[in-house]
Amino acid sequence: MRDRAVRILTPLAVGVAFLAAWEAFVTVQRIRPYLLPKPSAIWRQLTQNRSDILDAALATGSNALVGLVAGSVLGILAALVASRFWIVDELLIPLAAAVNAMPIIALAPIFNNMFSTTSTVPRRLIVTVVVFFPIFVNALRGLRQVAPIHRELLDSYAASGWEFARKVRVPNALPFVFTGLRLAASLAVIAAVVAEYFGGVQNGLGTRITSAASNTAYPRAWAYVAAACALGLVFYLAATLLERLAMPWKRTALAG
Amino acid sequence: MTAPTPRRSWLNQRVGRSQNVDSAKIDDGTPAVELVAVDKVFAAGRTGEVTALVGVDLAVAPGEFVTFIGPSGCGKSTLLRLVADLTEPTAGTVRVNGKTARQARLDQDYGIAFQQSGLMDWRTVVRNIELPLELRGWDRRRRRDRARELLELVGLPEFADHRPGELSGGMQQRVAIARALATGPRLLLMDEPFGALDEMTRERLQAELARIAAETGATVAFVTHSIPEAVYLSQRVVVMSARPGRVSAVVDVDLGVRTEDTREAPEFFAKVTEVREALRGRRSPSVAAFGAGEER
Repeated sequence: MRDRAVRILTPLAVGVAFLAAWEAFVTVQRIRPYLLPKPSAIWRQLTQNRSDILDAALATGSNALVGLVAGSVLGILAALVASRFWIVDELLIPLAAAVNAMPIIALAPIFNNMFSTTSTVPRRLIVTVVVFFPIFVNALRGLRQVAPIHRELLDSYAASGWEFARKVRVPNALPFVFTGLRLAASLAVIAAVVAEYFGGVQNGLGTRITSAASNTAYPRAWAYVAAACALGLVFYLAATLLERLAMPWKRTALAG
Repeated sequence: MTAPTPRRSWLNQRVGRSQNVDSAKIDDGTPAVELVAVDKVFAAGRTGEVTALVGVDLAVAPGEFVTFIGPSGCGKSTLLRLVADLTEPTAGTVRVNGKTARQARLDQDYGIAFQQSGLMDWRTVVRNIELPLELRGWDRRRRRDRARELLELVGLPEFADHRPGELSGGMQQRVAIARALATGPRLLLMDEPFGALDEMTRERLQAELARIAAETGATVAFVTHSIPEAVYLSQRVVVMSARPGRVSAVVDVDLGVRTEDTREAPEFFAKVTEVREALRGRRSPSVAAFGAGEER
């Protein structure tokens, strides 16, 4: 109980101290707001634009969520197929590596042109592509790293390939998939926000940040950045929570 | 000492996998396990080929407890895997309950336990024991009842819903033995199941295994490094030598029902000495005088 309090309070105290130091620094040094606004000014913007920020966060968040789910499902399916058939594996790995090496955000303007200007599809598509790779790579690793003894055991039971996949491969891969998901959750939000920088519907956090910045409303721009930060955190925590729920046997390990 | 894992392609076939033939008694003189002129060469015909076993002939009677002992690299684990059909012989035949080893595996005539427990940490203890039953299509209630019964047998009834990670090494190994016994096989294959345990736990589990084997009447083929373990457990000790792996001697052990006193008995020590001499490649103490020079 005490450990827990320390674990929560310590970063909180550090955060508060950091904000105080920031505030003091900007005040004492008389830093111009366009260089760095005060935390208090950002906070004022956050409270003033509360409902607008919430709407924008919801718009961006739903793009990120749809893309995350789609990318995860595709990544896991691809990993399942690749782990089962070596030929698919040989074809998919270089392809996935190529996709990963590509600056996916750079596709945003192109995707935007493919769909109408009011469509959220291009943003969701970008998130999907961004998410796919970490999920695919981690899931594949998990599906492959089966303990030899488990393989032999299932062979001794004369288990079919399908039974082996269901009883061993998939549960064995779960921790790896969730490692990928935690990574992908933060990436999804980043991709969703940045994808909005390239035009399209004016409803998300990314578009709010660019419009505030171009109106020299820097504290407001920072308020939206803070919201994007919080959104990313929510996604990450949700992924962690899901991980705990899905793998009760790891709970003790995670808590420790 | 572990053989390479065979490719799944030939293991996947489900031809003729029949249900519930486990307790089919074979009392017509058919050996539980029979090896005839078995050779096993790894990477045969290629550079780095390793001859694991040469010319092994062996028969194990139903209900018999046989241990295989020998130095590392003598092929004793390979021999067990041949019986389990986890690897195939290069030459010769392996028959289990009068069937091919393949058919016996598909019929799940045997239960197997390894040096590592191989429990799955995503399953509770009781669900680990249920795994082979699940694969045979037993319904939930019947599985649960059988698993509880087995936990009782290995002395862990209160650990049913624990995770394997919460158990000590010895307890995990008991669960693995319970899992091997789940389908009530007539044949138990054990590859150094107590190899990683401390001496005290080891002796306790040996006593339990001796009891379980006697109670179930199962045939046991047991691989070990330990001479006292071999003598304590078995009716017959198959002594093997390395490079190439072959059977060098067979020592019959007749110590009656095993108790804790068995370990203190003079006959026990006499058998331990006999097996040790056999492992050193001496036929009897009388040749020890000039046999010493042959020791490695």
